[in-house]
Amino acid sequence: MGRYVIRRLLQMIPVFIGTTFIIFAMVHALGDPVAALFGDKAPDPAVAAQLRQQLGLNDPLIVQYGNYMKGIFTGDLGTTFSGQPVTELLKTAYPTTLKLTVVAFTFEVIIGIGLGVISGMRRGRLADTGVMVMTLIVISIPTFVIGYVLQYLFGVKWGLADATVPEGAPIQSLLLPGFVLASVSLAYVARLTRTTIAENSKADYVRTAVAKGLPRRRVITHHLLRNSLIPVITFLGTDLGALMGGALVTERIFNIHGVGYYLYQGILRQNTPTVVGFVTVLVIVFLLANLLVDLLYAVLDPRIRYA
Amino acid sequence: MGIHATEVTADAGRGRTADSEDAPLLQVKNLQVEFRTRDGVAKAVNGVNYSVRAGETLAILGESGSGKSVSSQAVMGILDSPPGFVTGGEIVFKGEDLLKLSSEKRRKIRGTQMAMIFQDALSSLNPVHTVGTQLGEMFRVHRGTSKSEAKKKAVELMERVGIPAAKERVNQYPHQFSGGMRQRIMIAMALALEPDLIIADEPTTALDVTVQAQVMELLADLQAEYNMGLILITHDLGVVADVADKIAVMYAGRIVETAPVHELYKRPAHPYTRGLLDSIPRLDQKGQELYAIKGLPPNLLRIPSGCAFNPRCPMAQEICRTEIPPLHAVTEADGAPIQGRGSACHFWKETIHG
Repeated sequence: MGRYVIRRLLQMIPVFIGTTFIIFAMVHALGDPVAALFGDKAPDPAVAAQLRQQLGLNDPLIVQYGNYMKGIFTGDLGTTFSGQPVTELLKTAYPTTLKLTVVAFTFEVIIGIGLGVISGMRRGRLADTGVMVMTLIVISIPTFVIGYVLQYLFGVKWGLADATVPEGAPIQSLLLPGFVLASVSLAYVARLTRTTIAENSKADYVRTAVAKGLPRRRVITHHLLRNSLIPVITFLGTDLGALMGGALVTERIFNIHGVGYYLYQGILRQNTPTVVGFVTVLVIVFLLANLLVDLLYAVLDPRIRYA
Repeated sequence: MGIHATEVTADAGRGRTADSEDAPLLQVKNLQVEFRTRDGVAKAVNGVNYSVRAGETLAILGESGSGKSVSSQAVMGILDSPPGFVTGGEIVFKGEDLLKLSSEKRRKIRGTQMAMIFQDALSSLNPVHTVGTQLGEMFRVHRGTSKSEAKKKAVELMERVGIPAAKERVNQYPHQFSGGMRQRIMIAMALALEPDLIIADEPTTALDVTVQAQVMELLADLQAEYNMGLILITHDLGVVADVADKIAVMYAGRIVETAPVHELYKRPAHPYTRGLLDSIPRLDQKGQELYAIKGLPPNLLRIPSGCAFNPRCPMAQEICRTEIPPLHAVTEADGAPIQGRGSACHFWKETIHG
């Protein structure tokens, strides 16, 4: 187990270097960040040249990347072109994103698995068909449509929720955006759970559990669900990584100042340090989330052992 | 037909095989089970009668699809429903018709008073729980025992069924056991609450031959120790011979022959049973071609009219295609009754005596 974890951590190094370099090169290829700083107006050539010199943009790409990586290992993710350290920006953005993640993830787990179990146990009946149709609709509609519609209905028309999230992002104002963010994954979780429940309910060990005279509830929770959730948890784990990477669309709709919001701003302004800094952190978070899922897998299924 | 052709009704025949003395532990009467599938109704069990007394072993023999497993699942009340439905008959267990009980009452009987051992212990045990948890679950759910006490009981059970180092192995998972040991755990689980009846559905099919013998021996020993009734479902004539008291042979959802175990081997009274016995390889017939029953088991959606075995039967006559044979009481050639024998063949006399 320990060796497995170490090996996985070591594998992260090349992935980490590769992804950061690709991002670095891609942002670089987007165009001249100095020009972007000035918006529509053309900058004074002398000022522009000076800025380029200051920001180290005249060095070859590989040198710029090397300098940047040097910074990362001393805990310095660089400074945005507007003068703010990227770490500061992350510190303001991350708590909000984490809160949103917790809300969305809770929706996914409770509603997604709940619907999946109901529909898997009642295959072919009305409840099942209802869940299948609903989830299909949710999956096929883009998030920004769901987001704007729910924002209008709940936030504006009926006034049941905050239409936009105020400064500080209190939990209750994140309920609606959290649901919007969770909606598609929730639908997938419900469908995945339904399939595995339906499959496993025919399994021999479920028959054994029934033959043992266990109450139906115990057969479902202790025997059926415990086995059926293994693939669902894999999906949830990867999704957790994605959620922590911020939600560009949802955060824009509800004006949430999380990771997605700042990342979007960074991309818009071609702010290389912001984008690369954020993505670097996201890559690490995602890799760790994946590792966590793989380890969890072994906990859930004793037949899997890592050496 | 011969001169002594005295047809006996199925009931009379059964009267001799079953409740002659005290009331049996389990009595299945005219049980009918069907599966309602998309392709039509498959009649899996068509009027099956049998009985088991305490301490007695009944072997139900048949090919796959003969209804032997389905009838026992109906007895346990674990039939997959839908598509399976019990459409008729009675299952009298300790004087009570189980089919009239509420599902909650039946659940409480399962595991405590009747238990089942399944064929493939690897898939029948839950892969994500330790064997100790799964064994202890019986005590925790039915007896409300504490966790630690249940574990102690699990270790005791494992020792009882001959699993070495039970104390350490109680925390292991099913996949960490060998096939024979896993089947022992299944047996231990069925035995946990000392039920009156155990149904073993092909308990040794998934095991290799030496382990088969050990497991059967264990099962027989435990049965004698606790004076349990045992229904042994199998397609293996070899397994049955040593442990069973009586045999019921099933074909296409009906019992076609009943007999005390050694009687059946000595002189079968149904062409199907004879075919089965003839298709066992024997040392004294080395070099000869092995007999096989021609044809395939019938499709349960379209069971042949008359005797279901008629398309495969070497003795089939016109009557076999039109009339379903009742379970005749089988007698000696001079008409003397034979205890517990019945054959659902129009020509049982020719089969056994001629």
